Amino acid sequence: MTHTAVPVIVDSGAAPPALEAPLELEHPHTSTGQDNRKLLMWAFLASDCMFFGTLIATYMVYKNRSLTGPYPREIFDVPYTSVSAFVLLLSSLTMVLALSSIQRGEERKLRIWLGATALLGCVFLAGQFYEFTTFYREGLTLSTNLFGSTFFTLTGFHGTHVFIGVFWLASLVVHSFRGKLHREHSLLVEIAGLYWHFVDIVWILIFTLVYLIPD
Amino acid sequence: MAVVSAPLSHAGGMVVAPPSLADPAYQGLWSWVTTVDHKRIGILYGVSAGAFFVLGGLEALVIRLQLWQPDNTLVSAQMFNSLFTMHATTMIFLAIMPLGLMFFNYIIPLQIGARDVAFPRLNAFSYWTFILGGIMLNLSFLLGGAPDAGWFGYANLTTRTYSPGPGIDFWMLGLQVLGVASLAGALNFFVTIVNMRAPGLSFMRLPIFCWMSLITMILLLLAFPSITVGLLLLMFDRFFNTNFYSVPHGGDPILWQHLFWVFGHPEVYILILPAMGIVSEIIPVFSRKPLFGYAVMVYSGIAIAFLAFGVWAHHMFAVGLGPIADAVFASSTMLIAVPTGVKIFNWIGTMFKGSVAFKTPMLFAVGFISMFIIGGVTGIMHASPPADLIQHDTYFIVAHIHYVLIGGSIMALLAGVYYWFPKMSGRMLNETLGKWNFWTFIIFFNVTFMPMHWTGLLGMPRRVYTYGAELGVTTLNQISTIGAIGLAFSVLLFVVNVFTSLRYGEIASDDPWDGATLEWSIPSPPPTYNFARIPTVHSRDAWWGMKHPERLHLDPIEPTPLAGGPAHSTETAHTVVQTAPHDTTPSVIHFPSPSYWPFVCSAGLATMAVGLLLSDSFGEMTIPIFAILGLVLLIGGIYGWSYEPA
Repeated sequence: MTHTAVPVIVDSGAAPPALEAPLELEHPHTSTGQDNRKLLMWAFLASDCMFFGTLIATYMVYKNRSLTGPYPREIFDVPYTSVSAFVLLLSSLTMVLALSSIQRGEERKLRIWLGATALLGCVFLAGQFYEFTTFYREGLTLSTNLFGSTFFTLTGFHGTHVFIGVFWLASLVVHSFRGKLHREHSLLVEIAGLYWHFVDIVWILIFTLVYLIPD
Repeated sequence: MAVVSAPLSHAGGMVVAPPSLADPAYQGLWSWVTTVDHKRIGILYGVSAGAFFVLGGLEALVIRLQLWQPDNTLVSAQMFNSLFTMHATTMIFLAIMPLGLMFFNYIIPLQIGARDVAFPRLNAFSYWTFILGGIMLNLSFLLGGAPDAGWFGYANLTTRTYSPGPGIDFWMLGLQVLGVASLAGALNFFVTIVNMRAPGLSFMRLPIFCWMSLITMILLLLAFPSITVGLLLLMFDRFFNTNFYSVPHGGDPILWQHLFWVFGHPEVYILILPAMGIVSEIIPVFSRKPLFGYAVMVYSGIAIAFLAFGVWAHHMFAVGLGPIADAVFASSTMLIAVPTGVKIFNWIGTMFKGSVAFKTPMLFAVGFISMFIIGGVTGIMHASPPADLIQHDTYFIVAHIHYVLIGGSIMALLAGVYYWFPKMSGRMLNETLGKWNFWTFIIFFNVTFMPMHWTGLLGMPRRVYTYGAELGVTTLNQISTIGAIGLAFSVLLFVVNVFTSLRYGEIASDDPWDGATLEWSIPSPPPTYNFARIPTVHSRDAWWGMKHPERLHLDPIEPTPLAGGPAHSTETAHTVVQTAPHDTTPSVIHFPSPSYWPFVCSAGLATMAVGLLLSDSFGEMTIPIFAILGLVLLIGGIYGWSYEPA
């Protein structure tokens, strides 16, 4: 709901102050000097740490406590998942390149790197989808055993985070194509980057704890 | 108050651009749905929480009437279970927490000299999500049975096998939706307090209420994910046949207890820290002395929050976690009494040799201290595992929690209402009715809950719908029931006081209590933009410092001209353009436009939850249909929100 600003001069005084003064300052003054939105993202990530911490703790508590198979060792394909983990890690690099592009005002490069990041995220998601369906065909579902319940829940929530991130990055690319994402908006890319790197780091933890450490 | 303000007109100020909240065309229901003004949202929180408080109180009254005599049959055992479950859930999530949010919303921006919270639309989103979650939770009474597994919802009682009905679904999804609201609110106020402080308002000058609120926000951010995950696992167990709490498949119900109490104990401090903040504001003002040991008050608040994450298993002594776990959690629990005790001594130290004025807010604040001490002492008693094993699940615990939550939180929140009502409404609450309210409240509160210590130690278990005459607790129960009716009468006095004072109350001045903090430097009720000019803070107790620099041993301070004068006439301001006297460049006060997108997002979230709820009656297909519908609303809402000019 937007309202057209109809100037109503209540107290004229001298000449009306310049109405062309910017209605919104891009970086309003804050107590810490950090933008509110960036601080919000950091606080959210702190909360999200606890979210994944709790999910990972649940996985660890239930590790090796499944009463029936299939068990992790029987169905994990560590080399395959390593490749998709590498793809996700690579996307952090392209994310950094995207941010540096917009900070230097190179909008075409920004779109390329943002698009590459989203694409790598999609590759990771496709890999996860393939992995899930393979496991399903081998008899592991959410309800088969504790391993199935904890594994799909933990990696599924991580996948959901990646999915939201891809959506976000794609929106930024569209935003840029519409000519609305310029150098002075680099903060928007930076915040999306914070989220993206966090999701990456969580995957490093999950990959190590779930796939790499033997039972 | 000579210090108030060079009028805005002298500064060559001008005002542009309606619409505004005071605009007659902008007063209807729609204006409340789309409001992003922190003061209006605060009032919305207050009114909703008040209604839920009355609802939860009525549930408690029915519980007390059922326990009037042995083997009473006023309500069935099933209904009794629903009543105590909904009573606790309502009071904690829908009454005390949102009453705190009323004050966070209304007071924090005023105390830190800000014009609004950091994210006004996110603030509206928090409120709408909260109210939809609350309504959803309570609709369960009409749609197939209210939740009946206790507010702690222990697994595996809550799994599909043992709770086949929809009650637990309502509870679980309602709490999940409320969790989203709390998270959004916590993020918002965290950023607001950290980032929106007026110039000069360093952390160690921050009003103590803001400090305690900040700590509460950190607790919310870090504690809520635990119950979110616990509830998600429960949701998966109930809807998608996972095995998290299913014993036959190797699941462990104790996992739920850990996840719940890792959230649940910090939650206790989420309920009490804002109350402590309110009391810490009121006692100095009515003792005419700065808060004794301000810095230590801050540190002890931080210490409480830190320890809050290390005490959760004291709720689980009866589980049998083993001597080492029990000893560790008993020690950490007793340790938390130290910072709490420090706070109590500091409040007493503030009153010591002050010129104490026992107005109603002060009466409630002092009542808080005395009742909270009783609740704290019984708390230390069951911090000891051997004592706890005797008291566990008896009315002794019921007495303890009510001394902390009614004698503690609710009394402090009432003190806060009496203290800030003039600022929020422009009228004073009636002092005579207020004193009646206080004395009936504290007397009947003790009549209700003091006997429960004995009822409990004599062996009456809590959460059981009746008791036998041979237990010998009939008289004690009848005393409690009489007290509960008296307590209801006291709350009625409060409601009458609020409604009559809104209409006929004495007109409040801007600063009726000679307050210490910045909210008293602006008109009552404040204009939309709060401060015509952002104040510059030179000391703790900023407004006292401006009014009485000599009393705080400060050099004379040139007060920032705040509001007043023509500022009143600019209450209609949507956007205020002003120039400072020595400054020829106009600065712009930008206000976010009203927005319905937050409401759309909240509705989307609620829709997704409703699909799961309806699956019991209308089949599995409602889940995907409503999920898609809700997602469309939510995503559409987020995009509408993002592309709306802020």
